Amino acid sequence: MGVIRYFQQFFNRNGLVLSSLLLGAVGFWIVFLIVLPQVFMLDFSFRFNLPPADLGGPKDVYTLSNYEFLMFGSPNNPEPLNVVDLSVFLRTLLAAVFVTLFDLVLCYPIAFYLAKSAQGGYARLMVLSLIVPFWVNEILRAFAFRILFGSTGIINAFLIWIGVLSEPMDFIQADIALYAGLGYAYILLMIFPLYNAIESLDTNQIEAARDMGAPWWRIHWRVVIPFAKPGITSGCTMVFMLSAGALAAPQILGGPSSLWFTQIIYQWFNTGGNWPRGSAYAIVLLVTCIAFVLLMMRLFKVKLGAIGR
Amino acid sequence: MSAGVELDNVWVRFGEFVAARDVNIEIKGGEFFSFLGPSGCGKTTLLRTVSGFLEPSEGQVRIGGKNMAGIGPNRRPTALIFQNLALFPLMSVWENIAFALEVKGVSKSERRKRADELLDLIALAGQGDKQVSELSGGQKQRVAIARALAAEPEVLLLDEPLSALDLKLRQHMRTELRTIQQRVGITFIYITHDQGEALTMSDHVAVMREGVVEQVGDGNTIYDRPGTAFVASFVGENNMLPGHVAEVGDSHAVVATEYGSIRARASAGSLSKGDEAYVFVRPESLNFADQTNRFDNELHAAIVQEEFEGNLWQVYLALPDDRRMTLSMVNDGRALSHPPGTGVKLGFDAGLAVALPKGPLAAE
Repeated sequence: MGVIRYFQQFFNRNGLVLSSLLLGAVGFWIVFLIVLPQVFMLDFSFRFNLPPADLGGPKDVYTLSNYEFLMFGSPNNPEPLNVVDLSVFLRTLLAAVFVTLFDLVLCYPIAFYLAKSAQGGYARLMVLSLIVPFWVNEILRAFAFRILFGSTGIINAFLIWIGVLSEPMDFIQADIALYAGLGYAYILLMIFPLYNAIESLDTNQIEAARDMGAPWWRIHWRVVIPFAKPGITSGCTMVFMLSAGALAAPQILGGPSSLWFTQIIYQWFNTGGNWPRGSAYAIVLLVTCIAFVLLMMRLFKVKLGAIGR
Repeated sequence: MSAGVELDNVWVRFGEFVAARDVNIEIKGGEFFSFLGPSGCGKTTLLRTVSGFLEPSEGQVRIGGKNMAGIGPNRRPTALIFQNLALFPLMSVWENIAFALEVKGVSKSERRKRADELLDLIALAGQGDKQVSELSGGQKQRVAIARALAAEPEVLLLDEPLSALDLKLRQHMRTELRTIQQRVGITFIYITHDQGEALTMSDHVAVMREGVVEQVGDGNTIYDRPGTAFVASFVGENNMLPGHVAEVGDSHAVVATEYGSIRARASAGSLSKGDEAYVFVRPESLNFADQTNRFDNELHAAIVQEEFEGNLWQVYLALPDDRRMTLSMVNDGRALSHPPGTGVKLGFDAGLAVALPKGPLAAE
């Protein structure tokens, strides 16, 4: 009943034409751009990879074989588990967690400074200088990092010049370039939720804590961070989801030995030509990431609605 | 423990703007001291200078005789109660109160015990586990006081803490604050633009205008013996008559005004002959004069309006050049009923009027 009344009011307020347009657009977006692709992926993931002639025929039945493959590998795999894919999967998740924590540690002070210390014009300039690099395409930015971290790049040149290194370090082999690139790629998605959260904190509370003798770290621990928790959750969720699902940065900045799970998915879809298996891998990644985020939120006692802030 | 606070030639500048100008004040330990002034007069600046959030540009702040230069707010024996209270919304009531103890590393059980004692003091026993948002305005007020007291400050600083409360609660909290202050015996420094608050609670009041302390004294002195035209016009209601000094005595002056010569109190040396001066006389010092009731000073005026306020009559009058005056008299049962325009004679004695050098007045 409540839903019907809500729509009645919505139509009364906006008129028939505008209401239909708005609802139609939102409906289209949700159904065609979000729900249907996922449903097709889910459906795909439970099917055999058949030649087009057999589609819809007697061989086109549901199966768990694609998920089995991720768990146990091909039938003639000597190992009990599909060690290669599973270890890449785990490493991807761990790396995404690491990138998230790295971004949090890096962005919290910046966001706090922007929200509470920077003066008007100066803060705007700083925000602008944070945003401008993101006008460049993600892939170009990744290549720029490759140049920066290359053996003749400016970072190696600098480190050799100040005498920290005697010969160029292979940052790409060591995955340092990858982590730096991923961390940088999502920095704004961490800074802005944090900034929004901290900005709405009453500065008097910080001063009150300080007045009662609290050192700076306790003020952050007891007053600022608890207040900013929704922003922290929101930022961490976005950075984690996006870095676990990143493709461009790992392709361009990843070392020869390191593989990102998304690259395996990409291989199944593209060079492997096995869409059902790629779908199964993608579904596993998506579901695991969502489950992980929900678990973390429960652990840190944050409500789901907080992410939307 | 209570400590005195001394401000010695304190100047506070923000760029070109001077927020406090050569302030010299001595506040004794255990005193209830108020800074009273209109908004923007620099009283909050002085409070922040005492608490350590601001350093004076010049001069010295001493607490308990110790120079506070370079000592941050977290290391001063002061506790500040903010205008909006600034309670921590994500901590329970008792955690709020015990925050200063947590900072000192006191054990949890001891913290809880101390918080409960303070909750007793502010008559909120048993409410420690509530969330701050569950409390009423007056209760939050008291929690903010308890939170500040938990730090065992020697000086408690209050920045207009009652301004957000409704009138009735505000009057109740005045008494409450005074009681708490007498019970804990520490120095209270109170900031307000509300003269009622300042006069009822304080041992001493400093009236400020544009960064300058105009007068320091107890409530009676401030009200009855204002030192400047600003204090006379800012504190309480006052009628003002401008003129020139015609005659100066030991403790009085005669001021020639458009309405005749007026005799009023004047402190020795404050006026000299020919100076521009203002005569101030309170509404309650004005009377209707007639053949039997004679006064030192008498003026012709016309009734504009009479208002009945229960205990008082407020009579609004106009002098011949349309300068407005207010007379208030206690309702003694006689009905006043002058029709507007009635000519009357106003009278007041010289001892109840004060002549002061011309100077800036409080904005209406």
